[in-house]
Amino acid sequence: MSTAQLENPASVVALAASFREFLDDRHVVIADESKRPYECDGLSVYKQLPGLVVMPSSTAEVQKIMQLCHRQRVPVVVRGAGTGLSGGALPHPDGVLLSMARLSKILEIDPDAGLARVQPGVTNLAISAACAPHGLFYAPDPSSQIACSIGGNVAENAGGVHCLKYGLTVHNVVQLTLVTVAGEIVTVGCEGLASAGPDLMALMVGSEGMLGVVTEVTVRLLPEPARCRVVLASFGQLEHAGDAVTAVIGEGIIPAGFEMMDSHAIRAAEDYVGAGYDTDAAALLLCELDGTEEEVAHGIEQVTAVFRRHGATSVRVSQNEAERLLFWKGRKSAFPAVGRISPDYYCMDGTIPRRMLSRVLTGISRLSGEYGLRVANVFHAGDGNMHPLILFDESQPGELQKAEKFGAAILKLCVDAGGCITGEHGVGIEKLEQMLDQFSDAELAQLNAIKEALDPEALLNPGKGVPTLKRCQEYRSK
Amino acid sequence: MTDPAGLQDRVRDAIASQRALCIVGGSSKRFLGREQHGDPVDMRGYSGVVDYQPSELVITVRAGTTISELQSVLAAENQVLAGEPPEFDGNATVGGTLACNLSGPSRPWSGSIRDHVLGVRIINGKAEHLRFGGQVMKNVAGYDVSRLMAGSMGTLGILTEVTLKVMPRPEATITVRRPIGAADSLKAMNEICRTPLPVAGACWYEGEMRVRLAGLASVIGPAAERIEGGRVDEDDAFWWRLRETDLPFFAAARDLWCISLRSNSEHFERDEDWLIDWRGARRWLAASRDRDALHARVGDAGAELWQLRGAASGADVFPERGAAYRNMLLRLKQALDPGGVFNPGRLYSWL
Repeated sequence: MSTAQLENPASVVALAASFREFLDDRHVVIADESKRPYECDGLSVYKQLPGLVVMPSSTAEVQKIMQLCHRQRVPVVVRGAGTGLSGGALPHPDGVLLSMARLSKILEIDPDAGLARVQPGVTNLAISAACAPHGLFYAPDPSSQIACSIGGNVAENAGGVHCLKYGLTVHNVVQLTLVTVAGEIVTVGCEGLASAGPDLMALMVGSEGMLGVVTEVTVRLLPEPARCRVVLASFGQLEHAGDAVTAVIGEGIIPAGFEMMDSHAIRAAEDYVGAGYDTDAAALLLCELDGTEEEVAHGIEQVTAVFRRHGATSVRVSQNEAERLLFWKGRKSAFPAVGRISPDYYCMDGTIPRRMLSRVLTGISRLSGEYGLRVANVFHAGDGNMHPLILFDESQPGELQKAEKFGAAILKLCVDAGGCITGEHGVGIEKLEQMLDQFSDAELAQLNAIKEALDPEALLNPGKGVPTLKRCQEYRSK
Repeated sequence: MTDPAGLQDRVRDAIASQRALCIVGGSSKRFLGREQHGDPVDMRGYSGVVDYQPSELVITVRAGTTISELQSVLAAENQVLAGEPPEFDGNATVGGTLACNLSGPSRPWSGSIRDHVLGVRIINGKAEHLRFGGQVMKNVAGYDVSRLMAGSMGTLGILTEVTLKVMPRPEATITVRRPIGAADSLKAMNEICRTPLPVAGACWYEGEMRVRLAGLASVIGPAAERIEGGRVDEDDAFWWRLRETDLPFFAAARDLWCISLRSNSEHFERDEDWLIDWRGARRWLAASRDRDALHARVGDAGAELWQLRGAASGADVFPERGAAYRNMLLRLKQALDPGGVFNPGRLYSWL
């Protein structure tokens, strides 16, 4: 069914008037210059002004907005903090951009039960900050955690450096309140963990705003570990570092964080923040261990031995909290650091089985030669999620297109190695075509049927996440 | 020997003849949900390990593989499927365990099979054999169909293959026991669980709280010192029987309820009727109660009430969550099983 969209300015004004019956004028935005900040998310190569922007501050207001849009068949794109990296929050030109930024209250912290109930616009880091006085923290920590919202984390099933041990968003959320496309309120999940019936909460997590609008999130809080230390090791060859990662996991150790950087990333990060990285190294591993004092001491000993056995050229252990943070500082600033050595970069997000690391890195390096573009690799080694950063210059004609093709080829490599096209950034608008590398037509049809079940008129974030049958045919015939 | 092609034929026939199919693994979870009807599809013949990469912490098995078999394959590599899914005398299968999403006493810390599933292959209601998810921990391509299957009790399709994340096996366990009343135990358990100790179980049974620690022997020894109570180095038989719902409490119960709720929710009624697990987040009640009245007592927004024994024949035993929720489920059922052939009525009378 086609959507009766906001094809003319008059209908925009009329809809805005309906919203203003229950929202303050300031929270219904139709002027172009005021809509400009919403034209893109973290993947700024895609830009589009929305028909209008609305900013509700309660579940009830979201419900009214959805009921209105549903009645008038107006597409709705939900936006959290706008830090997404796949164009998932790219506005619809004839639709409503639903900003969740004002739903930013922490509703409840229950330290005894280890739960926090929050609105979706609360930032990831704000949750941990609010429960820190109770000795608790919220585990998933995507690199954008200072800015990204928990609602966006739910939409993308965000991870971060700690997910090997502590899981992804889907493992750390226990209950969601959502508003359906028709404007009904539904609660999925359960504060007591076991919920009967198909796991609708898990279906919502990672669904990129295409199945419902999350208006409340209950997350699980964990006790802050007593001790936390990090081992920093340099390697002369990438393969050695890759093998060392596999060996550590093979020993039965589950590090709290396990990251790898290649020589481009090491040098860029070291130039930028001076974390004390060995700039001659071909690869660097950061392995964080947490737990009780005894547990961490034991783990450090084991990890150090494995690294030495696999040819580490140097191994350092953080001696205090300041040093631990310094070791991490380089890794955490790797993206902006790479930004300094290239006018633009394009961040990929494939995941592979760890044992395929050497093969995939060799493949990326070959492609880098073929496309004539440099690439820096930052890698969540513990869980196989790689973030190759393709360096390019958008001001050079054709270079963005070349970078995108190179990126698509990297994702194909990941799928061929038994991995997937996106570990944590989502499909959004960016990787629709790559979905065809990942899924058969029957599988995509099944995913579309799920979408249709919960959003029959395709009003929620249309054109994202899962390619429609028509687009599949276009892509396959290319 | 069952194989996917044969199963697809069965589904095609069922659609054509409009006959319901009843998907059966080890028949170990008949006590859960509603009675099963339809032509049986026996999954036990489709079993075995498809791929196991210990250093990746990933295993793929056919759905008819029993949990016991799976755990013994993993044990040879010193690994385990975490969350202690019950094995039910060696009958529970991986497919059935995912479909019911049952787990044992370590769930609050280790999750259930739902937390460990990385990918599945299913036969949907169009008799198509499809693959969702994969063999890596981080994967956000497409909707999470693998986890949607958790708890679906076979109403959305036939699981044929399951890929799971596995974990290193803890070296040792220690249990600390303390005589205490049920209400006070809730307070004590939640207090202990606020501290960073390697807890892997916290329950109250017959006037005693038990807290289990798991991990390296050199780590859990000192950790146990920090908990008040009598230390028992070996109490695995108890925890096993709790996981298998094989304690006398369960055997004696004519009426049995399983309540999931916020772990520090207030205790009510007399202690003798209760067994508390999951640090208070799961409470078993062995008493005859009116469902609506009990629901009103516990049913705040975040709680769930399951009736496991004593329900009237044909009654619904899982909670209703209102019309919008029901509508969502019905529409998803339609999307995956348009002919309505898979386990009709098993989960809800209306599904």
